[in-house]
Amino acid sequence: MNSKTPKSNAARRQFLFDSAKMACGVGMLGLGLGLYAKQSKALPALALRPPGALPESDFLGACIRCGLCVRDCPYNTLELAKPEDPVATGTPYFTARNIPCEMCEDIPCVKACPTKALDHALTDINKAKMGVAVLIDHETCLNFLGLRCDVCYRVCPVIDKAITLDMQPNTRTGRHAMFLPTVHSEHCTGCGKCEKSCVLEEAAIRVLPPKLAKGELGHHYRVGWEEQKKAGGSLIDESKMLDLPDRLPEGAVLPGHYDPASGHTEAMRGMAGSEAGVIPSHPPGLGGKP
Amino acid sequence: MSQIANKKRIGAEAVEEKGWLGAHKWLLLRRISQLSILGLFLIGPLAGIWVVKGNLNYSHTLGVLPLTDPYVALQSLLAGHVPETLGLVGVAIVLVFYFLVGGRVYCSWVCPINMVTDAAGWLRDRLGIKGASSLSAKTRYWILGMTFIGSAVTGVVLWELINPVSMLHRGLIFGVGATWMVVLAIFLFDLFVMSRGWCGRLCPVGAFYSLLGRWSPLRISANKRSACNDCMDCFEVCPEPQVIRPALKGEGKGVGPVILAPNCTNCGRCIDVCSKDVFTYGLRFNNPVSTEKAGA
Repeated sequence: MNSKTPKSNAARRQFLFDSAKMACGVGMLGLGLGLYAKQSKALPALALRPPGALPESDFLGACIRCGLCVRDCPYNTLELAKPEDPVATGTPYFTARNIPCEMCEDIPCVKACPTKALDHALTDINKAKMGVAVLIDHETCLNFLGLRCDVCYRVCPVIDKAITLDMQPNTRTGRHAMFLPTVHSEHCTGCGKCEKSCVLEEAAIRVLPPKLAKGELGHHYRVGWEEQKKAGGSLIDESKMLDLPDRLPEGAVLPGHYDPASGHTEAMRGMAGSEAGVIPSHPPGLGGKP
Repeated sequence: MSQIANKKRIGAEAVEEKGWLGAHKWLLLRRISQLSILGLFLIGPLAGIWVVKGNLNYSHTLGVLPLTDPYVALQSLLAGHVPETLGLVGVAIVLVFYFLVGGRVYCSWVCPINMVTDAAGWLRDRLGIKGASSLSAKTRYWILGMTFIGSAVTGVVLWELINPVSMLHRGLIFGVGATWMVVLAIFLFDLFVMSRGWCGRLCPVGAFYSLLGRWSPLRISANKRSACNDCMDCFEVCPEPQVIRPALKGEGKGVGPVILAPNCTNCGRCIDVCSKDVFTYGLRFNNPVSTEKAGA
């Protein structure tokens, strides 16, 4: 075979031409698929992955879409995404408002996973981070309206750690307390039982991916009172501290506040439960003066 | 349309010679294999009898036998993730099995899409739809390569985003959803756009398994090729007709009768439709250059 014969030259041309054709055609398909892959990493906020799931970008590379976790879930919580779902096809997810995670102690879904998509190092379900519950609507939450619904708090499997009821004065009635469900993200597993059982038409508390639910302090940021606790005393000479003028909202009254404009200082009353530990005054109706 | 009436059905001679059952033996066995595998997966969710859990990507049989699709596992590996031990054992078992029996046995004896494309091929033949296919049978290897590179670049098991094979199998077991549209699209593509278009030209799963069975011992052999009467039925019925010629017509060229082309799916349809019993299952090692005696 002499490579310089015209025939083999033509054959080589044909080969190069065919290869270029293939590379372009398949390249376009690949480009489309690649962009689709990028899109598929954007998991909808209300689709939650099983316990121990890797971060979404890793999950889609590790999960082989076998559905073993779905099969071993005793509560039929998990489902595999169908092609029309906004979740990468064939991957497991659950919707808390439909069926939340029941937080099995033996975590069968993780055990069933033949890959590392569900991290087998997760052996304590209380350490799961499927998401973080957020009391997202303060306008409709019954407890924020001053009622004692408390359902999300009662059903929380990590009650009094993941969700607490924080007592606040009800300024609308002036004589009651509001018990505000408050999520503590370090204890919340994102199981979704609170979202499932919220009595509203649309849940006021929802489990969101941590990256949507959580803010992040600047890493240089230090909280003064914690530093003070650690050091066992103030880090600065408090006698030299300047009290800069600050302004309260129109009409607001804060006990002990010095108003630089009028030179007037409000009388101290102290607030219940404050760290300052001042004895609280009685609220009106309980013997206190309005 | 008169063409349909005049055209002799593929395998008509074989039916006359061997009877309908004899001329459809391997086809029936293949359908039984495909349907019973599907059935094993289905009696769990349907009847609560859990023999196999999972789907073709990974399954766990009777709590002891793990089976992993090596193509999916390889994409995952390229995306930067190593399966757990059980997943790896499953890969090894599947690799060894298809290395021995022929990679594309997966296509013809297991894959659920095969029944769809076979149906399209059959209907295409019955309706007499002609038309040259413009896509090379090598396209699938380009797509295969693309999925490997793509998985590495995106960090996603790329082909699983759209793989109709796992989509259909998963859909049947876990809930169909819009999967039927994808399956219908493939059926119509094979029926009207391109003969054997999906399995024979595009599907990278088949391409992967063809490479896996590149040196598999179990092969189809045309060891009575001298009895061939050139009826062309085997070429007509074969899903990968290009694999037959070298073996069947190689007598004068010093080529043995074993079909060595890796894209032969070992489906056995050529055995069925041949009225002269030219073809048989055999081993690749039993490949004498001359088969005059065997055929005599």
